[in-house]
Amino acid sequence: MVLSLSKDSIMVLREQDVVLLRNRIKEVAVKIKMGLVNQTRLITAASELLRNMLRYADGGQCLIEVVSRGRENGIRLTFSDKGPGIPDIALAMRDGYSTGKSLGLGLPGTKRLVNEFDIKSKVGEGTTVTILKWANG
Amino acid sequence: MDKIPILRMGAFLLVTIQVDLYDRLALNLEADLVQMVNKTSAKGVLIDISAVSIVDSFMGRIIGNIASMSKILDAETVVVGMQPAVAITLIELGLPLKGVHTALDVEKGMNLLKSMIDDFDDDDQEVDDDGFIAE
Amino acid sequence: MSFNTKQLLQKKKKNILELWMKNQLADESLREDLISNEELRSQSEELINALVGNLTDENFEDLNSDKWGPVIEILGGISITRARQGFSPRETGNFVFSLKEALFQVLQEEISDPSVLFQESLKINRLMDNLSVVTFETFIKGREEVILRQTDEITEISTPVIRVWDGILALPIIGTLDSARTQIVMENLLQEIVETGSSIAILDISGVPAVDSLVAQHLIKTVSATRLMGAECIISGIRPEIAQTVVHLGIDLSNIITKASLASALAYAFKVMRLEVRKVGTIHKS
Repeated sequence: MVLSLSKDSIMVLREQDVVLLRNRIKEVAVKIKMGLVNQTRLITAASELLRNMLRYADGGQCLIEVVSRGRENGIRLTFSDKGPGIPDIALAMRDGYSTGKSLGLGLPGTKRLVNEFDIKSKVGEGTTVTILKWANG
Repeated sequence: MDKIPILRMGAFLLVTIQVDLYDRLALNLEADLVQMVNKTSAKGVLIDISAVSIVDSFMGRIIGNIASMSKILDAETVVVGMQPAVAITLIELGLPLKGVHTALDVEKGMNLLKSMIDDFDDDDQEVDDDGFIAE
Repeated sequence: MSFNTKQLLQKKKKNILELWMKNQLADESLREDLISNEELRSQSEELINALVGNLTDENFEDLNSDKWGPVIEILGGISITRARQGFSPRETGNFVFSLKEALFQVLQEEISDPSVLFQESLKINRLMDNLSVVTFETFIKGREEVILRQTDEITEISTPVIRVWDGILALPIIGTLDSARTQIVMENLLQEIVETGSSIAILDISGVPAVDSLVAQHLIKTVSATRLMGAECIISGIRPEIAQTVVHLGIDLSNIITKASLASALAYAFKVMRLEVRKVGTIHKS
């Protein structure tokens, strides 16, 4: 059972907001005593998703949650935008695939960096990506 | 507009990134650096990222770009001081930065650049200033 | 109909304790080496007092009632201590089961009407079963804590990073390399590289029983991360069987410097660093 302990929501509309959000995540991660490497993984993953959000959907919202499953705490981030959506998620999750001019590592790379990864998207309505990283996992 | 300073040290250019980069800043750095390599006909570029705590795929791509562009302009690029956490994250992300040389710190990076240049062009272009002569 | 049971149990508390103690002492799973009879008696008495003391008409039927809190706490405490002391699950379970026996004996003696006896026995049975489950849950939890602590200790001891030379680190890996351990090994190694400014790291896998594609992947990951930081990572201690499996599995290690022994890895490192080891008195001819 995963319990949510605290919630915090931030709007991301400009590039500079990314730095702000990274710092917020860092603060929370330090508070729950997440190891440095896991912090870096989580913030890098968030960075990838934020970039996608800014590039394809002109920004969106990020929800930062502290979650717990008994002995262990973690951070869950939910990125939701009202962008064009992803027509083929399986394709977008493949290494090296990109519609933009990027390396195509964003989504599959992000998945490798976190413990749980979930993506939901509807064409024309938007995309929601949820990632979860345990403090020691 | 924010800019990352580029220092010239003899035949090399030295960039020390002290802040967390956002995309525009990184793109500016790429453009400035390539301009500088051309203008100074530098033989090597040394990028110190020891103060950088996050390198995502975009940043990784910029670093790769700088290396490839400098290479075309006949300059080698060495990235120094990458944090362990950043290195682990980059590998897991799937970004091994192929084609970029790495070193532990600025001193070792400088030595690496010097040895690479010695290997590649023997028609000595004078490595000036006492600071650069290998022990 | 529970009126008589509750009062009966309260009245017969002493009897139950005596019967229970008798059952426990007669049981062959009694561990006199781990617990003295006096201690056992005081534990039993404490539990009976809590059980009878917290017994009310309502909670007799409702097993999830908060009123059972103190009883469950005492039972949990006993169970967890037993888990740590090394009691077997059977021995711990018998502690509660023998109490059930004793309660049935008392009920049997006191209630003559078979249908009432059946009703009340059923209730007691349900209650005691619930308490047994609690016992096992806490027992297992106690054991799990022991295991977790040991796991932490093992990971702690099993990844020493050794400075074999100025600028050369060695890390012998003993035991299976899973992803959690790779994580720790990698972090320790990279951290040590930064701290000592070492440009060469040797990962010795002589103590790793088997290398499958997953382990190989972990090794490759560690080597790549070391490279990104600007150091070189050599894998040594590759036994012939491991070389065989690696090739049979089609794992590509060609981008990695591999050496058969730690000694040859060290020799390679010396060469890279332009160091030379020679016998005292011999003259080096260049």
